[in-house]
Amino acid sequence: MAFASGYFKTTYKSDLAIVETFSLWICLIILTLGLIFFPFFASAFLMDLANQVFLALIGAIALMLLTGYAGQFSLGHAGLIAAGAFTTAILFKELNAPIWVTLPTSGLTGAILGITFGLPSLRLKGLYLALSTLALHFIVIYIGAEYETQRGFATGVVIDSPSIGPFLIEDPRLWYFSLLIIDILVVIFSINLVRSRTGRAWMAIRDRDVAAEALGIKVASYKLSAFVLTSALTSIAGCLFAYYRGFVSVEAFSLHMTIEYLAMIIIGGLGSILGAIFGTIFVVLLPYIIDALVDILHVPTRLTTYMFAIKYSAFGLIMIIFLVFEPSGLVGIWHRIRDYFILWPFKHKPLGER
Amino acid sequence: MQIVVNVIVLAALYCLICCGYVLIYRASRVLNLAHGELMTIGGYFLFTVAIGLGNDPVQSFLLAFIFSLALGFIVYFFLMRFMAGESALASVLVTVALGILLRGLITLIWTSQYRHPLQHLGMENSSHQIVEGAVISTFGIAMVISTVLLYLVLFLCFKFTRWGLRMRAVGENPILASQRGISLHMYYALSWGIAAFSVGLAGMIQACDSGLDPDMFVIGLKAFPVVLVGGLDSLGGVIPAAFIVALAEILTIHYISPQASEVAPFVVLISMLLIRPWGLFGTKEELERV
Repeated sequence: MAFASGYFKTTYKSDLAIVETFSLWICLIILTLGLIFFPFFASAFLMDLANQVFLALIGAIALMLLTGYAGQFSLGHAGLIAAGAFTTAILFKELNAPIWVTLPTSGLTGAILGITFGLPSLRLKGLYLALSTLALHFIVIYIGAEYETQRGFATGVVIDSPSIGPFLIEDPRLWYFSLLIIDILVVIFSINLVRSRTGRAWMAIRDRDVAAEALGIKVASYKLSAFVLTSALTSIAGCLFAYYRGFVSVEAFSLHMTIEYLAMIIIGGLGSILGAIFGTIFVVLLPYIIDALVDILHVPTRLTTYMFAIKYSAFGLIMIIFLVFEPSGLVGIWHRIRDYFILWPFKHKPLGER
Repeated sequence: MQIVVNVIVLAALYCLICCGYVLIYRASRVLNLAHGELMTIGGYFLFTVAIGLGNDPVQSFLLAFIFSLALGFIVYFFLMRFMAGESALASVLVTVALGILLRGLITLIWTSQYRHPLQHLGMENSSHQIVEGAVISTFGIAMVISTVLLYLVLFLCFKFTRWGLRMRAVGENPILASQRGISLHMYYALSWGIAAFSVGLAGMIQACDSGLDPDMFVIGLKAFPVVLVGGLDSLGGVIPAAFIVALAEILTIHYISPQASEVAPFVVLISMLLIRPWGLFGTKEELERV
């Protein structure tokens, strides 16, 4: 097996290649095959977990593009997911619209909201920007709650499973494959996006906006584009979320959801799509891992009533540990382990490390 | 008249909460998003102490004050100390995570039941008629008085005492301050201590006034726009800002709907950020312009 232990590209063609070596291709193909055959062996519970990971991944990658690449900090992510979910719910309830109407409309709503979320970023930076997005989160949630109470859906809106052509997507396996395809598309799209002109402009803005402006990058329009793209993607994730759950209610989109998404990209490692994937898997599975641990350790049943609080605290604690001790996240750990084996028996850093 | 009284009490609550935001931000440029949780814990401290001591309000309050103060120091020395000098974003996220951790611990220790510390204190929360058609509760009065006292003491200390001067120096230029022999960690910790104390006090009074459950932290979040309207680094700015936000909130309750009042502070926040991002009395250089 041969993996690139550094930057050894000599032709433009190899520089443009997404997958660097033949061995990596083999690994990817094995992974894809594994993902395709997974549903035929997995239990219903595992399928639900996989679907949850896939759903969250879209939102996490979107947030990664905004925060990890464009360097804009947002606390309004749950608001955007809520916007997508409520667009879907409203269209479904009022017009009985099918998924091929609600999905693009959710994306469009997200894009419009993205402009509103992004406009403060033209004037504000860092903390102040985060707070303005936080304020927008509350406003979006308020509008959703207002719709619920005005239209008499006080507990929430129930949505039927979507159907594409003759297929009714209700079976977890069908959901799995649809979400898998969407996720692969999103991952390939974002990997290519961050290598392109737009992505490089975002990274320049993230690293030093004044220098970026001096290089001729239109900071304002690129910042807005980051917000619009992220919001559109997130709202689409919200639309899928609404269909998957079959139920939309404002309680689901609390500030805690935003924090979970932030935790995904921080625990995963900022500035890496792979990090977003790792982080999503970790954060989504964490409560179930704790459940499993409790099962294995035979904790007295008295404690199980506190499970929710325990999971909650563990989540906070793990986030603190990562922020304080491992700011580069899971992807940093992964790179260290990988480099150790690739470079073995040497201990120097990989050549041309990025 | 009732509206005026309501606004004053709510503004006092916001002042009490926001003093901590400002102190911490001014000293160490960290925005503490775990503030609402510190407030809730303050309330629970009072509850626990009240159970332990029985009908002894004075001692209960004093002990709960000390616990709150200590909590602030503990948070600084065991967590935020490691974040000194890190990017503002990382520190803010640490406080967010801290908030989650504290909320989890609160439910673990005290469960999510609705509590009434007042019963255990042996006090009563009666309502008084101050002027024609305006009613205020005992703890509403306590809130206003303690706010006035706290701000008076803080202003005097910052102006006339040695540690107040040092604290201002640390906030203005930490490197220069430490060059002159001021222990940065000491004063950062002090700012966290006072912040936890003041917000804990707010939590205690609020808990006496209207009961206690883990969802109280939302008030801390809602108080947040106040600091930005007043200017993140201006203690004096908090007072007018608290009145503006409280007025907006109470008026929305009266004329639109209670549901809308939840977002009223945030609407004020957004308009402020768009017009004057550094707040009414904040320092303009603070804000990096794009």
